[in-house]
Amino acid sequence: MIEVDVKGLSCPIPVVKTKQAMENNPKDTISVLIDSNVSRENVTRLAESKKYSVNSQQAAGEECKLILTPPA
Amino acid sequence: MKNIFSSRCGIIIVGGLVGIIAALLQYFGNPANMGICVACFERDIAGALGLHRAAVVQYLRPEIMGFVLGAFVAAFLAGEYKPRGGSSPLIRFFLGMFAMIGALVFLGCPWRALLRLAGGDGNAIIGILGLIAGIFIGIQFLKRGFSLGRAYAQAKASGWIMPAFMLALFLLLVFKVQFAEGGPIFFSEKGPGSQYAPIFVSLVAGLVIGTLAQRSRFCTMGAFRDVMLTKDFHLISGVASLLVFAFVLNFILGQFNPGFAGQPVAHTNHLWNFLGMALAGLAFALAGGCPGRQLFLSGEGDADAGVFVVGMIVGAGFAHNFALASSPQGTTAFGPIAVVIGLVFCLVIGFSMLQRAK
Repeated sequence: MIEVDVKGLSCPIPVVKTKQAMENNPKDTISVLIDSNVSRENVTRLAESKKYSVNSQQAAGEECKLILTPPA
Repeated sequence: MKNIFSSRCGIIIVGGLVGIIAALLQYFGNPANMGICVACFERDIAGALGLHRAAVVQYLRPEIMGFVLGAFVAAFLAGEYKPRGGSSPLIRFFLGMFAMIGALVFLGCPWRALLRLAGGDGNAIIGILGLIAGIFIGIQFLKRGFSLGRAYAQAKASGWIMPAFMLALFLLLVFKVQFAEGGPIFFSEKGPGSQYAPIFVSLVAGLVIGTLAQRSRFCTMGAFRDVMLTKDFHLISGVASLLVFAFVLNFILGQFNPGFAGQPVAHTNHLWNFLGMALAGLAFALAGGCPGRQLFLSGEGDADAGVFVVGMIVGAGFAHNFALASSPQGTTAFGPIAVVIGLVFCLVIGFSMLQRAK
């Protein structure tokens, strides 16, 4: 699993970093650590446009982890 | 909880409402093709506070206050109010300054560029092309790992400052405080600064837009950026909706006058219309939001966005004190030089803040 930590990064860096992780590791599941609703919405929209399945897990405090699984 | 405003349908409705409200604000008294202009209105605020003495552009615009306060309330109710900061504040201040200078060489922020186009001003097309060019350059940096760094949680009080500042400006407007004979607060007696919708109308318009934009993440720079960066047409559908609804309402209200020459608060110098907006677009792209979005973020408690806003207001002071801002007669001698300096500044920041992409 590839981990991407975008906590505290403002738009559009979370999307850019997630997109790069997808392009560099097209077959891998990607875990994105997020701490804002805006980033969650934007990363989710990117993942859905690339046909990844998105699974949200609550992490510590206001943080959440998005598990992005590539299309089979 | 699903945020309906951040859906495709939501952003189209929000963009359309912004277009309608902007056209109505012009109808109720705001300057032509300037129903809403974040750069112009922050410049008017700078003038009212005496940070510049251009007598025709001085007014405390309630729309700006409404943007911040509306976003503050919306974020608070949605549990998204989060004081944060520390992502290269000083760089953001200067990006805000140069963004304002670029916008004032063109005579409008991206919002007004769209509204000028919706009012028939052909020069706006050149400005929007410049904006897109600036954003395109910004994207090249983003793709190569540009980042202003992480923001961290800050003390609760840090997030109250911008809403409180805006509330203070509103009180100064309502009570028309005079600090000295003929001194601040200044209010224009002629020119664009003397043209405004009733205070209550402007404030409510600002609050409504601030609330909707906070929920929908409306951003004019982000709209063009996302199309070029990730082929994401989400935000641009809101921008297109703004343009269409403002155009239709302008047409109905008799506010549509197509042409290039003699357009209200505009000039026809294509080169500097293009490059002025290219500078603004690049600065917005590096800072991660158009001037409207920076206001909404500052209402959410984002101190870095607040610093950008203050940078824009100070930049407006410089723009007029140093005779950089254009007028309907055209650009000034020094405006273009300042645009070049701004572009160099942005490029240096862009190149110096590349992190190795992992």
